Amino acid sequence: MLGWELPPHNSGGLGVACYQLSKALSKKGVDIEFVLPYTADHSDIDFMKINAAHPQNVEQVLKSGIAYDSFKYIKTNGEVEWIDIIGQSALYEEAVGRIAELAEFDVIHAHDWLTCRAGLRAKMVSGKPLIVHIHSIEADRAGQPHGGNPLVREIESISLLLADHIIAVSEHTKRGIMREYGIPADKIEVVHNSINPDDLAPLDSNNAYRYLETMKSLGYRVVVNIGRLSVQKGLPNLLRAFARAAERTPKMFLLVVGSGEQYYELIMLAAELGIGDKVLFTEFQRGKNWRDAYAIGDLFVMPSVSEPFGITALEAIGYGTPVLISKQSGVSEVLHNCLKVDFWDIDEMANKIAAVAGNDSLRDEMHAQSHREWERMSWDKSVDKLLPIYQKHLSGAAS
Amino acid sequence: MSKAIVLYLHVHQPYRIRHYTIFDAAANHNYFDAPYDARESNEQVIHKVAEKSYIPANRHLLELLNENQEFKLSLSITGTVLEQLEKWSPETLQSFKDLVATGRVEIVGETYHHSLAFFYSREEFEAQVAMHREKVQQLFSQTPKVFRNTELSYNNDLAYWADKAGYKGILAEGWDKVLGWRSPNYVYRPAYTDNIRLLMKNYKLSDDIAFRFGNRGWAEWPLTADKFAHWLNADPDATNFDLFMDYETFGEHQWHDTGIFDFLRHLPNEWLKTPGNTFMTVSEAIDNFEAKDQVDVPYTVTWADTERDLSAWLGNAMQTSAITGLYGLQDKILSTGDLALIEDWRRLQTSDHFYYMCTKWFNDGDIHAYFSPYETPYEAYINFVNAYHDVRFRLSEKGIEV
Repeated sequence: MLGWELPPHNSGGLGVACYQLSKALSKKGVDIEFVLPYTADHSDIDFMKINAAHPQNVEQVLKSGIAYDSFKYIKTNGEVEWIDIIGQSALYEEAVGRIAELAEFDVIHAHDWLTCRAGLRAKMVSGKPLIVHIHSIEADRAGQPHGGNPLVREIESISLLLADHIIAVSEHTKRGIMREYGIPADKIEVVHNSINPDDLAPLDSNNAYRYLETMKSLGYRVVVNIGRLSVQKGLPNLLRAFARAAERTPKMFLLVVGSGEQYYELIMLAAELGIGDKVLFTEFQRGKNWRDAYAIGDLFVMPSVSEPFGITALEAIGYGTPVLISKQSGVSEVLHNCLKVDFWDIDEMANKIAAVAGNDSLRDEMHAQSHREWERMSWDKSVDKLLPIYQKHLSGAAS
Repeated sequence: MSKAIVLYLHVHQPYRIRHYTIFDAAANHNYFDAPYDARESNEQVIHKVAEKSYIPANRHLLELLNENQEFKLSLSITGTVLEQLEKWSPETLQSFKDLVATGRVEIVGETYHHSLAFFYSREEFEAQVAMHREKVQQLFSQTPKVFRNTELSYNNDLAYWADKAGYKGILAEGWDKVLGWRSPNYVYRPAYTDNIRLLMKNYKLSDDIAFRFGNRGWAEWPLTADKFAHWLNADPDATNFDLFMDYETFGEHQWHDTGIFDFLRHLPNEWLKTPGNTFMTVSEAIDNFEAKDQVDVPYTVTWADTERDLSAWLGNAMQTSAITGLYGLQDKILSTGDLALIEDWRRLQTSDHFYYMCTKWFNDGDIHAYFSPYETPYEAYINFVNAYHDVRFRLSEKGIEV
């Protein structure tokens, strides 16, 4: 298994998905060696072997919290070098190539473009089948079809062509792969991400957002977004919709939890829209502050322009908050008891935000019903769709 | 001893609320005017249902009435559908008038707005029953003598009310929990009443036609008129087979290609082959047959889903908060004397709005298990609440505190 990150060193949903998927696979008896590009202590993970693929003559690779940042390479001779993401991906490929020559395995399972070059190298070295698991494609991250970094697109294009099989996290992503790279539909299997209700760390009795708690007791309602502040996530539309909704339902706050390249732009936009006093930015949060942000909300909004899956919506439901999600998301394919809106439809987004903020019985009924759906979710069901694909390539039935 | 099929069909269409946002509230008041191509367009639905169901079914029914003096039926038609037919399909309305003009079609009384007012406001309930009576008198020159409440909801209180109001009969679901070992195929007497009689829907036979008819997986498929008549003849002591169903069964719930119209065409002749068999309207059944027993229904029974209660309309907090909010405005609304405002408020009482907010079937993603023009129950609720806010806005414009 080739992955770019695992919790707690994850920058977002990718690491969580890899972790849960591996855990569910190992429960079904699959032996996994998970190869990371950085050095970290994962002694708490006992269901699989975790290795760091260090380049030659490198002692340690240290990762920062945010995806797409430079990694710090500490060489055996004590020198330190910062290397950018394309460079990291190349070094990882080289290291994985060396591991593949020595290790014994039946299938290569590579997650997203960052590990794709390594996956191809391992396939070349070992002759084993390569399954590429797509959590997002470059056009999703760029927030527009046919957009993004041409270097990344080239890696995706070649890997998807050469992969023996492709897993997409949603129909939405599958359509994207077909549209962007002309891959035939029958080479792509949709395996939706999921959530294990038991794995969510519990809330404690004191919410970290005490100010918001106080304001809620005074009749205010809280809209929450948690995610990277990037084009893909559609946050300017959320700010505009929130401003419109606040015209009708003024007793509201918007809590924006996350970091990213749009941070300053969004702060400026909130001020321009006249809602500077209603929007709270917290930057990236982990642990209790992250959980409590979900919990303090009356409505979680995921307005993504293009969201391959959108696990945050399921986390929000787990922490007690109903969701409004964009129709351009994978999670909208599996979740029914929620509100859905086109990411560009600011008026309708505003209408729905105002409706929930102004109406506790809507909030409560929608959450109660969505929570029943949530309780039935499990990664085991996702893995059940994945195992036959492994089997098919092991038995050599596929060319 | 004669034996009668008592065929009773219910005709109803609500005024569906359009996609009505919080930004429409206090800006415009046309809650029911969706664009023609929208799913919640009332005009479009009337055109579709008229074409698929009302017009062809009425043509068959009129032919049957003309061919066969023994054939009779009863209809209930809500005020909201009558108005919409007047506006958008006058030829359909005429075809209903033609049926009634044969003298062998009885119109059953109910609330004009197909509301649940009986459970929230006796005053408003009576006003809507009177409105419906007047509308039926005006269009069909008949005065209803038998009553049915919205969704066939029924309890002892309702029977008591209908008895005092002078109705000779009332309709209810022949639900097993109410009847126990007794058969629905007789006339009954409601508990605590003096003169009124109770007709109870034989839901097994009714649902064979209304729900199972076109189901190829059903063991009895295909259901033919002679098979059906044979089943009825197999009950030697029954007096009345109460076949109650939505009118839209013919052509809409069961499409033309299921053969439902052929079934309808042949049923009278197959049934009347046996001497002593006949058809009766609801009043005739009550006049002709003695009450077999007394039926006590202390709780509310409806004809809806497996629970046979009001939970499809009032089962969650969205539904109950919406309906209590609406009836909470009653005195203020009526005090305005503003007929347009009062009418909009009444149209919002139509039970369908609350049905669309039902979440009990929605969990498994089985969103097609019920018919709704909205994507989710939550959207139905949002439109409703926004319209409700606008009604309050209109009150406040008149200087009434809300």
